[in-house]
Formats: sequence, C-alpha cells, structure tokens
Amino acid sequence: MSPWLAMLAFGAFHGLNPGMGWLFALSLGLQQRSGRVIWFSLLPIAAGHAAAVIAVVLLVLAGLHYVSLELLRWLTAAALLGLGSYKLFNYYRHPRWVGMKVGSLDLLWWSFLMATAHGAGLMLVPALLGVAGGAAGHHGHTGPVSSASGAMLLAVALHTLSMLLVMGSCAWLVYRRFGLAVLRQKWINFDLVWALALLLVGGIALLMAIAG
Amino acid sequence: MALWKPDTSFYPSARMAMQAPPERHAYVAALNPGEDGKPDAICVVDLDPDSDTYSEVVYQLDLPNSGDELHHFGWNACSSALCPYAPHPHLERRYLVVPGIRSSRIYIIDTKGDPRRPEIVKTLEPQEVIGKSGYSRPHTVHCGPDAIYVSAMGSKNGDDGPGGIFLLDHFNFDVTGPWELHRGDQELAYDFWWHLAEDVLVSSEWGKPSQFEDGLVPEDLLANKYGHRIHFWDLRRRRLQQTIDLGREHQMVLELRPAHDPTRQYGFAGVVINTEDLSASIWAWSRDGENGELWKMDKVISIPAVAAEEDALPAALKPFKAVPPLVSDIDLSLDDRFLYVSCWGTGELHQYDVSDPFNPRLTGKVEIGGILNRRGHPRAEGELLGAPQMVEISRDGRRVYFTNSLYSRWDDQFYPDGMRGWMVKVNVDPDGGMEIDPDFFVDFGSTRVHQVRLEGGDASTDSYCYPS
Repeated sequence: MSPWLAMLAFGAFHGLNPGMGWLFALSLGLQQRSGRVIWFSLLPIAAGHAAAVIAVVLLVLAGLHYVSLELLRWLTAAALLGLGSYKLFNYYRHPRWVGMKVGSLDLLWWSFLMATAHGAGLMLVPALLGVAGGAAGHHGHTGPVSSASGAMLLAVALHTLSMLLVMGSCAWLVYRRFGLAVLRQKWINFDLVWALALLLVGGIALLMAIAG
Repeated sequence: MALWKPDTSFYPSARMAMQAPPERHAYVAALNPGEDGKPDAICVVDLDPDSDTYSEVVYQLDLPNSGDELHHFGWNACSSALCPYAPHPHLERRYLVVPGIRSSRIYIIDTKGDPRRPEIVKTLEPQEVIGKSGYSRPHTVHCGPDAIYVSAMGSKNGDDGPGGIFLLDHFNFDVTGPWELHRGDQELAYDFWWHLAEDVLVSSEWGKPSQFEDGLVPEDLLANKYGHRIHFWDLRRRRLQQTIDLGREHQMVLELRPAHDPTRQYGFAGVVINTEDLSASIWAWSRDGENGELWKMDKVISIPAVAAEEDALPAALKPFKAVPPLVSDIDLSLDDRFLYVSCWGTGELHQYDVSDPFNPRLTGKVEIGGILNRRGHPRAEGELLGAPQMVEISRDGRRVYFTNSLYSRWDDQFYPDGMRGWMVKVNVDPDGGMEIDPDFFVDFGSTRVHQVRLEGGDASTDSYCYPS
C-alpha cells in the first residue's frame, strides 16, 4: 500500500509548490478578475504535470525492456542523487519562461517544462517501481509489463488528482481568505526543499537498490 | 541568497508596497565632469529625519576608474521576482547595477554588509559588456522576473545605432546577450519598461551617442533628427509589434512610466521639446483597435515655453528668445494617481492628478533653480543653477526627491555659469499638493548628481504581476 500513499503524498507536495502552478493560475484569475479563470487554468497545469510524469513512466517501461529491475533501481538512485545534488547548489535556476498572456496549451507546456526540469517525474520513480512491483506480484499470470503499466498509470492519475486538489485549495485559500500578503510571510524556499526532497528520495532509492 | 523567506522589500502588488516603511537612505549617482581625472561615485544620503546626519552625504563610494559618467542605475532584483511564471522569491534586493554610460562599464555594488557603506563586488569591463551584448552606452536598468534588462544607446560598432536592450544573468551578472529577435526599423534607444501581465515592452528614443556625448547638437535638433517615436514590443517573443511616431517636431521621447497596477493598460511618456513652439509634452499610451491589439498615443499635457530677454539666455537659447520647459524626467506614484514632471529649463516640478490618465489635473507645483529664475532654497546660499531633473517618489507617495543634473555636457550648455550638484526633498499632501522641505538640501559641490534610488525600492524600480 505504501507506494500508493507515496504517490498521493508526492501529489500534495508538488501541488503545494507555488512554482508548480497554483500561483500562476491565481494570478491569471486576478488579472482577468474571474475566479473561474483560476479553475480553468489549473486543469491544463495538472495535465502538463501528468504528461511530464507519464513521459517518465514510459521511460521506465522502456528501460525495463532492456535492463533488469535491479539495474533500473541503481540507475534511478543515481539520477535522483545527481539531480538533487545539482539542484542543491542551483535550486534557484528555472527553465526560462516569459509571458503571462497564456492559453491552455501554453499552460500545459509551461507545466510540462517546469515538472520535467525540476525532476517531478523522476522523484516518483521509486514509488512507481513499488506500484509496478506490487501489481506484477498480484497478477503475475497476465504478464508483468501490461499490469504494471496499468497500475502505474492509475498511480499517476491519483498523483495528479491529489496535486490538483492541493493546488486548488492553495489558490482558493489565498484568493478568498488570506490575500496575496500571505506570499510575503509564508512563501518558504520551496526550490531548496525540492532539492532536499530529491536527495531524500534518492537516498531511499539507494537503500532499496542495495536491499535488492 | 539562501533566504528562507522572501525578501521583505518584495511586494506582490503596488498597493501593498505603499505600506512599506519609509526609506532611511538613498543612493545617488554622482559624476565628476571635470578634466582632473577624479572618478565618479555612488553617494549615500541620509534620509532619516531623526538622524544626526539627516540630509548629509554619509558615505561616498569612489569608483576605481575615471570618466564612466554615471547616469541611471537599478537594483538586481525587485518585486517582479514574485511573478508567477518564473518566481525567484528568494533572490535578494541587494546589488546595485550601475552602468557608466560613457565608458560602457557596469559595476555591481553590494549594499548588504553595511547598507551605508556599499562595496563594488564585480565589474563588467567595457569589452565584456560590448562584446557579449552587441551594444554600448548602457542606460536604464530594470529588474525583470527572469533576468536583469538593460537598455543601451549605441551599437557595438561605435557612435551610431541601433541601440537596444540586453540581458544580464540574475545570479552571476554575466552578460547573456542582446534581447531583441526582430527589431524592425527601430534604431534609436533610451528608456524602456513593460506591462508584464500583458507581455508588452515599451521603449523610447533619445538619440545616437554622437548626438549627445559631446553635447546637444543644435543642428540635429532643428532638423528634428533626435528620436520622436515610441515602440511597443512583444515581450515574450522579443519582437517589435508597433511603432508610433509622435510627429518629427516632438524631439526626444524620454522616460516611460507604465501604470503600476497590471490591470491598467496605459502609461506616460515625456517629450523634452517641440521644435515648433519649444513646448514640452506628456503623452499617454493606451489600447486601441477593435480587439485592443494595437496601441495609441494621446498628448495629455502640454507645457509652454516662457518668453525671455535675449541677454538673460545662454548662447544655445538666444535665437529663440524663450526658455523651454525641457521636461527631462517624469515619475508615477505607486497608486498610479500622481504624475511628477520635471521642467529642467524653467525650474519647476509639477504634480498632476492622473486618476483619469487622459485628463490630468495640475495639483501642485514647486519652483527651484531654472535658467531664468535661479530660485534658491532656504538651506542654500544665493541663487541655484540647474533645476528639478531626476525625480524619485517614496513607495508611500509622501516624499519626492530630485537632483539637478541632466548630462554633463548638456548641463554646461544650458547652465554655463558653473552648475553645482544638489538634491532636494518635497513633502506631498496625500490629497494633492506639495511643498519643498525647508530642512532638506544636499550640496554636492562641483560634483553633479543624477539618478536617485531609495532604500528598499521606489516608484521607478519595481514591477508588479498582481493587481492592486
């Protein structure tokens, strides 16, 4: 059960990060003086995020064709620790983006870029492997890859839903209750927290690889 | 930079920034126009009325080179760091980015250790600035959400255009490169600013380096060869979208002040002189066209010249028998309510209520210096040369500071009797109206002073992505 919970928790974590979308959606709503714009902006942002994660799922599935699960675990740990170390010292760097006059496709692409560049999908790989391993264990007779991919897609859907809920809650709370002033006091350094999270997950992935 | 919480001087909206505490000191660009090899400097002026050194220069950071000609400068980061598409909330407003407009050198000055004893931490030498940016004579500095934007008056190849805009990296101040991808027929440059929420950048035209570096060229002015156009750019695609010609007689379109509230899509531009009647004018831009995809410019303020005896005028003005107002700077308060206009020729600072941007109302006026009047100040002895020039407004809108120098060589043409540098403060009535603060006068001696930057930000530094 724990990899599923992890997927949900990571969804909440990704959703909480102002740089991952809810703040963008909120600002568009404020600029156009419409609460509905906030909700309509969150959907493509969530879709872009999901697309970035699915791209990683496809990479994992493709990887499983060529290398063993054991090796994949080692590779994942190495990638996480590598990106986490890089981010630790460059946490303030973001993909270059300029523009607030954005449509749904722009938002989708923006969200995909941000999630990919910050390793949102990569952060999920250990949990995804857990989900896949669990599914393969239960349904060994239907072929490991197809049931594993189905389970992973379901996990991505749950992750995205969890992210969307948290993003929506953040945007709504700031929009209706707290006001923008809250940004001045409560905007912790999410970029640094993110780098630490990558390192933490990388550490767990390493332990999992060692444990086999 | 590893701040846990955002820099406290960053505000999501202009309205919130008006609640900021009063500024306690200012950084002032000071230049030494003499031939004695003395370098320019950044001066720190005490603005705290409760301090023993109020209204005094408490520190002078001399630059290591001479002949830079400091002019405008800006902060490395400001409230635009909170913009949602590329948030960098944990940058700090810490470094002054100070270009030398004559040398094309850029100094990075750290104000964090002791804000009243700033230090140079990095110098971008001219060959690096020119080589990597493709431009020379850097001018306006604006802290963008994604980079530091700098306008430049000349191209890398010498004294001609095109001037344009280049970028500096937010974090290490390396020159990233030129900004424009498609510049159309834009050639002259000067100021720029933007409507961030609309992905629009606006730029104005002064002239080529050869038209200002050795002084105003009267033949070029009379032939209407200085800039008279304003450009609207797609900020996202870095492409020129529309150019508006104000008319050839409207010479030198200088400062641009877009509304601070991102939902307001208008702004103001100042024109120094109309060569037909010597008047100065303020123009407002706003959306135009069926879907609002174009822009238009309306002349909203016209300030006439003042007739004068030939004998009382400097050589440059004798043929005209009048003193032009010479509007050299304008500044808009953070609530978008009051526009301040410097009349560097006649020696006046005007305050207009621009709540209705197309029908400004003159609500206040102070007089000091001026080509004819040379009006003094309670704390200064005798007549004053120079006049209100670079204006800066406190974030709460209650105090306005200005200095008196325009540009070294031009100062000597319009004020040939040896101008001294000074800085003055004006107290503003929140309902409109203003008066000169009799207790604040900074005499910089033979040093000339230009742009003023206030501690924590002011009305011409920060850009806001969230409505007020």
